[in-house]
Amino acid sequence: MKNVITLLLLIFSISILSAQESDKNLRQLPQVTVKNLSGHNINTAELSNDGKPMIISFWALWCKPCINELTTIADVYDEWTEETGVKLVAVSIDDARSTAKVAPTVNGKGWEYEVLLDANGDFKRAMNVNMIPHTFLLNGQGEIVWQHTSFSEGSELELIEMVRKLNSGLPIE
Amino acid sequence: MRRLYTLVCTFILITTGTLTAQDLLQGRVSGNFQLDAQLYQADSAIGAEDVSEAMLMNSFANINYTQGNFIAGLRFESYLNPIKGYDQRYKGTGVPFWYASWQKESFGITVGHFYEQFGSGMTLRSYEERNLGYDNAIKGARFIFRPYKGIAIKGLIGTQRFFWESGPGIVRGLDGEFAINDLLNILSTDLPRFTLGGSFVSKYEPSAKILVNSDQILILPENVAAISTRLNIHHKGFAIDGEYAHKYNDPSAINNFIYKEGRSLLLQASYSQKGFGMLLSGKVTDNMSFKSKRTERGSMLDINYLPALTRQHAYTLAAMYPYATQPNGEIALQGQVNYKISKGTLLGGKYGTDIAINFSNVTSINRDSINNETPIGKTGTLGYKTNYFDFGDELYFRDFNIEIQHKFNNEFKALVSWINMHYNIDIIEGHPGEEAVKANIFIADVTYKFSSKNALKAEVQHLATKQDEGNWMQAMAEFTFSPRWFFTLMNQYNYGNDDKDRRFHYPTVAVGYTQDSNRLSLSYGKQREGIICVGGVCRNVPASNGLSITLSSNF
Repeated sequence: MKNVITLLLLIFSISILSAQESDKNLRQLPQVTVKNLSGHNINTAELSNDGKPMIISFWALWCKPCINELTTIADVYDEWTEETGVKLVAVSIDDARSTAKVAPTVNGKGWEYEVLLDANGDFKRAMNVNMIPHTFLLNGQGEIVWQHTSFSEGSELELIEMVRKLNSGLPIE
Repeated sequence: MRRLYTLVCTFILITTGTLTAQDLLQGRVSGNFQLDAQLYQADSAIGAEDVSEAMLMNSFANINYTQGNFIAGLRFESYLNPIKGYDQRYKGTGVPFWYASWQKESFGITVGHFYEQFGSGMTLRSYEERNLGYDNAIKGARFIFRPYKGIAIKGLIGTQRFFWESGPGIVRGLDGEFAINDLLNILSTDLPRFTLGGSFVSKYEPSAKILVNSDQILILPENVAAISTRLNIHHKGFAIDGEYAHKYNDPSAINNFIYKEGRSLLLQASYSQKGFGMLLSGKVTDNMSFKSKRTERGSMLDINYLPALTRQHAYTLAAMYPYATQPNGEIALQGQVNYKISKGTLLGGKYGTDIAINFSNVTSINRDSINNETPIGKTGTLGYKTNYFDFGDELYFRDFNIEIQHKFNNEFKALVSWINMHYNIDIIEGHPGEEAVKANIFIADVTYKFSSKNALKAEVQHLATKQDEGNWMQAMAEFTFSPRWFFTLMNQYNYGNDDKDRRFHYPTVAVGYTQDSNRLSLSYGKQREGIICVGGVCRNVPASNGLSITLSSNF
């Protein structure tokens, strides 16, 4: 136990030192390996949208609000991408029980997102996601500028508003 | 413990030693926090017990530090005392999870605690689900090596988490995955893509004396190995996944201490294109429970994962009878079709209509006795004989469900669903002799937006069955004022219970506030156990009566 406490102190002191600096030092995507729907391994640190904003949304087949959110955005996704150039990456945290269902469901619903499979929750943990849906907004430099948990009708308007702010260089609250 | 600690410290010193102080200052700290508290009121009628502490609480916080390729972190957990429905052995406060890791493109090392999955998890999966109290993190060391494009080799060794301690067994594992197209430098997407993989997992547990009776003591294997091989093929809209696993003799409390070898085969094939998707899958499981402690019967110390090939339902009454894989033997089949009726057609309307049909069927495997004198499954013997795809007579679970979702206009959308289920309560919940539950469930879910950010969602669910607790009805109304507030009113009513004195109502009111990734929700009322989805978030909650508070934050 004593050892653990020493270790804790060590990590905490590093944390505190760095916390002071972190204001202008925004977090970027961690390096985790996930799969895409065509079976390729993807390093999450390399996800990008060519200098344009990117949305990363964690979801699962068993999560109704998540499906609701992605269905709602799917209806306006063409307009969003045309207007702002934004890209949505939908990260499914379904485990081995349902990973094979993700592609048929996504295509069956006609979603045009880039879909990733995080079957053992490695990416989810690295992003500190507790509950889903959990949505992150990244700026063109790949820095996480905003995040939001849960979905209710109309939340998508706040999200696209943030994207517009990013594009016009306004600060994100 | 001490040796591992020294290893971790040395590792941190070596890796941080190569960084300058300036580098260290540029690291980032991130994490999350969640607190669930519950104030209990006894309700002897519904079975909510008196809780002497009056309030119980579970909480955790993850703190991660990242600097370039170096990551370290820990998780603080506190259960004072554990909320009802969680294992009481979680009682206490501490730091059961900590790690340090160095990740580069071609290799990665982790020391401390970690989670890992080989293939579909049939030989090894270390996983956590805090909201269920499930955690079989491995404590030890792991490496990942990618010597060449298309090759990934993983190796690990460690013990598994058992509440605040480690289990008695040591788990060793090696996994290789080979993306054939990358290895041969085939870049064309017109050709099928092949990925091959294989795993070897072995557990060590010191021998122990298991007395069968006064004159028979079992000699138990100290080392038990499991191997698996897998193949994935992707070609345009087609995907085929297959994995076969074999486990050597592993007498345990779960299989009644038989010496039979175990095996499992999983095959899944899917095809999809825009607007259409289908999936067929099958799985045979035979004596595949694999734990790092022979005598463990609960859900702890699992080395592998045997996913149920059935749909995981999200609506409360549909999730009332959830299936769990029977590790000692089952044959499961599943099919699913997703179809979108196009926009602009008669049935599709302006936005299109989504249809999903899913079917699953799980039966026992056929078992024959090994000889005339030995009953099937007798302790200390080879147990039984069985062939592949030899369906048994007993139906464990069957589920046919159809779901139709349609958006009528900008204000109004609806979902209807019908589910027909057969649930073998005797086998799945271990209620010997109880008749299987045959249920029909109907769900209607409508959402009306009365302005661009404010909406009312109404949900009616009905479960009809002659078995178990009889018919149930649930009604819910939820007002959302996005992106911050929600209010929910809900009632579940067991109106069809055979026992007229047990026709209870389970009313609940809930309110929640979300700001970015911070969220506070309060709910008051009575709850059955199950997956509960309110105000935009789903999680599994235990049965209770009283006030529950959830605070969740991410930084």
